[in-house]
Amino acid sequence: MSAGHAHKLYRHGHSPVHALPPHCKIAAVLCFVLAVVATPRTAVWTFALYALLLAAVAAAARVPAAFLLKRLLVEVPFVAFAVLMPFVATGPRVHILGTALSEPGLWGAWNILAKGTLGVAASVLLAATTDLRGLLLGLQRLRMPPLLVQIASFMIRYGDVIADELRRMRVARLSRGFEARGVRHWGVLAKTAGALFIRSYERGERVHLAMVSRGYTGTLPVPDAAAATGAQWTRAAALPAAALAVCLLGWTL
Amino acid sequence: MHVPDGFIDAPVSAATGVLAAAAVAVSLRGARRELGGPEAHAGLGAERTAPLAGLVAAFIFAVQMLNFPVAAGTSGHLLGGALAAILVGPYTGVLCVSVVLLMQAVLFADGGLTALGVNITDMAVVTTVVAYGIFRGLVKALPRGRRAVTAAAFVAAVISVPAAAVAFTGLYALGGTTHVPIGTVFAAMTGVHVLIGIGEAAITALTVGAVLAVRPDLVYGARGLAKPLQLRTSPLAGPVAGAGEPGSGPSAAPGAGPRPAGARRSARRVWLAGVAVALVCAGGVSYYASTSPDGLEKVAQDQGIDAKAEEHAAKDSPLADYSVKDIADPRISGGLAGVIGVGATLAVGTGVFVVVRRRRGAARGDADTDTAAEATTEAGSAAGTGTTVGDAPAPPRHTPESA
Amino acid sequence: MDPLNNPLHTRATAPTPETPAPSLEVAGLAYAYPDGHQALYGVDLTVAHGERVALLGPNGAGKTTFVLHLNGILTPGAGTVTVAGLPVVRRHLAEVRRRVGIVFQDPDDQLFMPTVREDVAFGPAAAGLRGAELAARVTEALGRVGMADHADRPPHHLSFGQRRRVAVATVLAMRPEILVLDEPSSNLDPASRRELADILRALDVTVLMVTHDLPYALELCPRSVVLSEGVITADGPTQHLLSDTELMAAHRLELPFGFDLRSVTIPTP
Repeated sequence: MSAGHAHKLYRHGHSPVHALPPHCKIAAVLCFVLAVVATPRTAVWTFALYALLLAAVAAAARVPAAFLLKRLLVEVPFVAFAVLMPFVATGPRVHILGTALSEPGLWGAWNILAKGTLGVAASVLLAATTDLRGLLLGLQRLRMPPLLVQIASFMIRYGDVIADELRRMRVARLSRGFEARGVRHWGVLAKTAGALFIRSYERGERVHLAMVSRGYTGTLPVPDAAAATGAQWTRAAALPAAALAVCLLGWTL
Repeated sequence: MHVPDGFIDAPVSAATGVLAAAAVAVSLRGARRELGGPEAHAGLGAERTAPLAGLVAAFIFAVQMLNFPVAAGTSGHLLGGALAAILVGPYTGVLCVSVVLLMQAVLFADGGLTALGVNITDMAVVTTVVAYGIFRGLVKALPRGRRAVTAAAFVAAVISVPAAAVAFTGLYALGGTTHVPIGTVFAAMTGVHVLIGIGEAAITALTVGAVLAVRPDLVYGARGLAKPLQLRTSPLAGPVAGAGEPGSGPSAAPGAGPRPAGARRSARRVWLAGVAVALVCAGGVSYYASTSPDGLEKVAQDQGIDAKAEEHAAKDSPLADYSVKDIADPRISGGLAGVIGVGATLAVGTGVFVVVRRRRGAARGDADTDTAAEATTEAGSAAGTGTTVGDAPAPPRHTPESA
Repeated sequence: MDPLNNPLHTRATAPTPETPAPSLEVAGLAYAYPDGHQALYGVDLTVAHGERVALLGPNGAGKTTFVLHLNGILTPGAGTVTVAGLPVVRRHLAEVRRRVGIVFQDPDDQLFMPTVREDVAFGPAAAGLRGAELAARVTEALGRVGMADHADRPPHHLSFGQRRRVAVATVLAMRPEILVLDEPSSNLDPASRRELADILRALDVTVLMVTHDLPYALELCPRSVVLSEGVITADGPTQHLLSDTELMAAHRLELPFGFDLRSVTIPTP
């Protein structure tokens, strides 16, 4: 599955897209993706328009195309699935280069590829223009339960710390001449995982003590983030509004 | 596998979104109880929830990066749903895996935003709940002891993964955007996932066993067993637990040698038990897979007819031709795929276990005949990691005094 | 800055006496863990306002257990703890935890918020401070440890020494009556170690420093106490204690190789 959780998608910048409040951006991206998903797949031209919309946002955010395209690789497992679809799906067959392919299967493959790609691209744009902290605050402003936001922020804060512990344990294994080569080494790796769990849990207990020592009673203070202005909402709404228009056109034309 | 946007249609995505939100809301309440610690009963656990659940989520996030080599350069990694449920309890498990999925979607574009509900329902809720249910049932039914807990963890994990595949097939039958015969989806998904499940189960069981050996009190699913466990494991666990202060170097503890050997011996029995369970389980799945496509197919057809009517407005392919192909094909292809999938699973699964058994047997033979220094890298590193585990000290339990 | 005249939580404070009450008074403190293991057997310790005291002791002497009693995380089995005249009991916990600032050994445990600024703000914000007052408090605390330029960085991007200093700032921001440091010099390189010492020496708060690092104790704390097997077994000027070879040997305390007490000039407090 997708490796490389460690590197972050965020690209520091000062574009108009970076400057938008995070919760506006999250809402905009979610609405955009919803519009895309709700579009009939037979309206092929709409997807070109969606791609153009995203390209415009990427240009405004000064996110280079190469960066965006590279991150689309996350999709690869599903490309494989999509490629299989014309072979396994039912329905009338069309003959392409002498192979009988299912027509709905071809449509299905197109549907997944087009919508999946647009979805990933939109998410990548969001992640590229919003830093971690902003995303968490944005989710909180969008009424995600505070406890959930706290858990997520602890996960982000300690993700690197724990991944580092995992790396150190690997180096320690390698330094003592151990290299996992097959199933028979799983026992050792599982012990690593077990030790990592114990360390993580105990760190959680220590973090809790440190928090309680400074007066924690269950709620984290929320920094005074300014509410989004009408103008900012309007600007953020440009993308989903355009997408909605395209979607409606796709249904009617 | 993170489902992207456009895989499941909008209504089902929205419905699963609501379902996932409800599940997370319930879990938020339940997790306070689970993480409140043994001392906290009435509402005192809330302040422990965020740091502990956050750290467990970070652990799941990190452990998914731990590569388990399978063979010939391929490797897999833990999904973590069953492990989380057994180690920290079902509510916390759902919560932590959900948070991981949410962050993966938002930060890494891993899995579609509209598919978040599908992903959480499938990978966080179904996996965790199924695993924990089976685990608790088995722990109660089996004789008390560490080995039984490990075996229960294996079975729970081995079933939880295909269960998620079945759930996904169900969602696909309801809201899939392409008319792949449901039997085929089912067979392909379960076939592959039984295989994945065996790997997941082995790692989960070994990991739970490793935690049990050092901090049995941290295994939520085995809390009721803590007392008798301590009595039985004391000769093995005693010297290791007392081996060092936090931060002391990885210098060999005197007790580190014998312990992994013991763990290995018991691990071998667990593996054997696992083979039996896997065979039974795969057999059950194959039975299910070969009998149920008809039932599922029916559902799919009922579903498909509406969708078809819609499509036929735009297309003029003859209905008769369509339906003949629709019925003739999926039965055969679905059935065949199921048989092949299950057969492959059985063959590969059995092969893996046979190889493992032989290797372990050989390694043990070596260790027995040769001197300790010759006892192969495997034994040496097993001892090494045993020490690493042992380094995590058993700190005194604090009574959190809540404001 | 007089912590007693702090505007925060005035209703919870004890009546202010003519001379400041001792920052910390511990009397007959005994504690056993729920599993029956007893760690403390009656600890008596008084730390006067403004004093800097080192708490020395071998591993397993109960030092950490003792520290966790000072802000009420553990509840004494017997005995009392009083912080600047305020007994550590359940109904005073919020104020006690503001007055006792504990800097834990691993700064990664202490710095749990996403940015340095938010982390330093955590304590005062939990005590009810908001807005400009909160911001000023953060800037002041970071300034005192020389980390004002790093306010918006995530803690894991800092060096270990910087993280330790931010950890000190997180409790200074609460304007504590007494600063309790658990192994403050561990894992620091010599330069960071000296920088931290300079910072601690410049602070005008009471300090209780739990440490193995005897030269560091000598450098910073005029007075030391030895906690061994759950009781205070020695109490006196740090230099006297460290020169008492019998006492040192009895409690597994050792000066580093080549360290000569007579060659050291103690900085005047």
